[in-house]
Amino acid sequence: MRALALALVLAAAPLAVQQGPAPDYAEVSLPDPAKEARALALMDSIRCVVCQGQPISGSNADLAGDMRRMIRERIAAGDSPEQVRAWLVGKYGDWVSFKPEVKGETAPLWLVPLLALAGGGWLVSRRLRTRRKQENA
Amino acid sequence: MIAEAGLAALWLGAAMALLQLLLGVLALGGRREFLGPAVAPVAVVQAALVGLAFACLIAVFARSDMSVLLVAANSHSAKPMLYKVAGAWGNHEGSMLLWVTILALAGATIALFERKLRADTRLATLAAQGAIALGFYAFLLFASNPFARIAGVSEGQGLNPLLQDPGLAFHPPTLYLGYVGMSAAFSFAVGALVTRNVGPDFARAMRPWVLGAWVFLTIGITAGSYWAYYTLGWGGWWFWDPVENASLMPWLAATALLHSVTVLATRDGLRAWTIMLSVLAFSMSMVGTFLVRSGILTSVHSFAVDPERGVFILALLAIYIGGALALFAARIATVSEGNRFDLVSREAALVVNNLILSVMLVVVMAGTLYPLILEAATGAKISVGAPYYNSVAGPLALALMMLVAAGPLLRWRRDAPRLVLDRMALALVAGAAALLLLALFARNTGVLPLLGLVAAAVVGVASLAPLWQRRLSRTPLFTWGMVLAHLGCAVSLAGMASDSAFTVENMTTARAGETRSVGPFAVRLEGVRERPGPNYQALEAVLAVTRASGQPFTMMPQLHQFTDPPMTTNQAAIATFWNGQLYITLGEDTDGTTFLLRMWWKPFVTLIWVGGALIALGGALSLLGRVRRDWWGNRWPWAARRAGAPAEAAA
Amino acid sequence: MKRRLLLWLPFGLVAALFVVFYAGLKHPDDHVIASRMVGQPLPQFAAAPAFPDRPGAATADFADGKPRLLNVFASWCVPCRDEVPMLVRLRELGAEVDGIAVHDAAPDLRQFLAQYGDPYARIGLDAAGRAQMAFGSAGVPETFVVDGRGRILYQQIGVVTEADVPRLMAMLAGGK
Repeated sequence: MRALALALVLAAAPLAVQQGPAPDYAEVSLPDPAKEARALALMDSIRCVVCQGQPISGSNADLAGDMRRMIRERIAAGDSPEQVRAWLVGKYGDWVSFKPEVKGETAPLWLVPLLALAGGGWLVSRRLRTRRKQENA
Repeated sequence: MIAEAGLAALWLGAAMALLQLLLGVLALGGRREFLGPAVAPVAVVQAALVGLAFACLIAVFARSDMSVLLVAANSHSAKPMLYKVAGAWGNHEGSMLLWVTILALAGATIALFERKLRADTRLATLAAQGAIALGFYAFLLFASNPFARIAGVSEGQGLNPLLQDPGLAFHPPTLYLGYVGMSAAFSFAVGALVTRNVGPDFARAMRPWVLGAWVFLTIGITAGSYWAYYTLGWGGWWFWDPVENASLMPWLAATALLHSVTVLATRDGLRAWTIMLSVLAFSMSMVGTFLVRSGILTSVHSFAVDPERGVFILALLAIYIGGALALFAARIATVSEGNRFDLVSREAALVVNNLILSVMLVVVMAGTLYPLILEAATGAKISVGAPYYNSVAGPLALALMMLVAAGPLLRWRRDAPRLVLDRMALALVAGAAALLLLALFARNTGVLPLLGLVAAAVVGVASLAPLWQRRLSRTPLFTWGMVLAHLGCAVSLAGMASDSAFTVENMTTARAGETRSVGPFAVRLEGVRERPGPNYQALEAVLAVTRASGQPFTMMPQLHQFTDPPMTTNQAAIATFWNGQLYITLGEDTDGTTFLLRMWWKPFVTLIWVGGALIALGGALSLLGRVRRDWWGNRWPWAARRAGAPAEAAA
Repeated sequence: MKRRLLLWLPFGLVAALFVVFYAGLKHPDDHVIASRMVGQPLPQFAAAPAFPDRPGAATADFADGKPRLLNVFASWCVPCRDEVPMLVRLRELGAEVDGIAVHDAAPDLRQFLAQYGDPYARIGLDAAGRAQMAFGSAGVPETFVVDGRGRILYQQIGVVTEADVPRLMAMLAGGK
């Protein structure tokens, strides 16, 4: 008899814990601040596919909200931001990510500034060296 | 009637620009020097005429004259007067007219106030300015007539609700004064190349215009950033949007130019670089205008225009930029080289400063244009945003900050590294202290914000160093200007880093009577009510906010629903404290009784714009100092000697 | 000579850039983000039934050897009304048309179907856009051609017009 009562109480426990409706993570922060920070950082770098260039963290569009919800749920469940980004890129292509992937076709993004720095540095050094040579002569 | 008068004034202004160009070319050509003195008055008349045209445009908007197509498409009689007037430049044609007006104004100020430049260079400069104006007049008159009429429209389509804000009255005019003011530098450069007069005199003549335009550009960008921050409702203040980048690129070029001009004026060095930067700054302005108006890039700032107008502007750009660069390539070799300098010297620091600014410009240009280039080449679509810019331009900016700290402390010509370090000792100690404090109390700050805060500490202290061991009452105004501008850089950087590192957010739903928290604040939703506005219906939340154990205060974020055109905007409620801002917006309700509240506590975020204002103020003081000295010197030479100011090259 | 080259470099770079700008103007941005799922197997998704008398749509339902059309739509979507007659025509020609309604509710759907037509064998409700995202769909209406083995063959972005009907039928026929 006591075992049955205990079993009934244990069975009822989950029902007792359930409170209001589940939070809609499109608009509500995650309770864990570290996870929320990761989620927000990711949202700031995912582009809204139906807007004029905003990230999904700054858009009122439905689909942007859906993506925010999905991101928060996945990060709460333990996925890393990069995994979620990869999933989105797999669905929508590189355009959806504000963080360009380093690969062959995006190499100029990093090569061009590097070349500019090297080229400019060389130009500058030409103006400096001659003076020193004159001084030392 | 007013519209026709405006159009007539515009045509006359265009004729004046053509005359300005022709007279200048003929006078310089050799045998008709007598035409020379006519050029300056023509430039002034041109400015007066186009100013009149602009006034006519404002008038038709203020009167809500719906027979003018532009007014019917962009305005509404129910709008408040401020937005009726400001709406004149909240569209493509009107802002293009503003562009041309300021172009003419820049020419007129050169004509009226430039006295020291060699006569032929001055003529060539005015002729160049006339040439630039001519192209844009043509664009206005043939492809973007602001005064076109339309029949049978009784009410306008309204102004985009996002633009119905005091920011619209302020941000575009100041930005354009900056953008288009750079045309003066461009014209000076072309004039100097044509007359082979690239030297200290030219630099001294050009400097006030560069400073003036740069100050306005700084104000315009800062104002735009703050406007976006409080109006978009998400707490962001920079989005690396292509059009924002299009305003940053001229600013970077102009900042480099500013420093380069000083080297040319005082040390006769960096001739080629100064010319190149002058051309680059206004070229970036023109490229920016092309990007906004051609539809080639997606942006929230884009005007709705067709690609045909884009081709027109592209042709103008090709003529002006291509022409200037060809002139540069052809002539610069014949301009004798300036002085060279030692590795550890102020000249060298300024040169490296210019180098870094130029590379940052290349980074921003690459990020903005590469998606376009890649799509044209392979059809692949990519997006480039904050993660790229932060990782590439961030370290460059930090290196630049180190130069900002050390540069003013270096002597001209030659200095010793040991002595420089001594002068920087206090600043470095401040940096170390900042590092220690952050390591102890803010353990999980990201690397970039952490370095930013340390750099801000170093630069903040170092910027004040030029004032030590000086008699402050005898310190020239332009030294104060330099100090303030560099201090502003440190302050702004501290704000940016702090926002990045310390912002706390909480997005939540709440019913009336419930309390939520964000940072040190407790926010209680008292209730939500409806309020009608002049041309919108507002939903307003009343929040009672308490900080720690202090007195509660009220914040009332609103949601505005417009009907003409239909749109919803956020009015964030912002509470400003000495150490940050509490930023709250109201979201659309989920079921009538539950409302969304987005709340941010942003420590020290206001420093971003305070810093920007300081930078602009520093520039203004510098400008005032230079102008005052030049004017005093010109009109009252005895006063200049009394002020005991020989050409103080160290400033 | 080297200095000459260096001096003309900026001119050259700018000229190249202007060629790119011109090309960009001639091919203006079409603002269309196509799905990357074309050619891939059907993603994992489950859209609950909208009506008690009609099944919903989920991955498991699609691997039965029959190619079909998956139409992403909504009752609040104005262009979707224009394509309903074409979808009905496709069904009459023998295609199975399944629907995923995004951000929608049964009463509004019922009214939409009664007013404009009902071509759907299955209708699933996608309340949080999960199915839409799984398909890499960026808006409504979009129609996906799925082959008998559960692979996505094609994505039609925008309304299905009369001209598209034969093409879609051909793809379905080839996808057995």
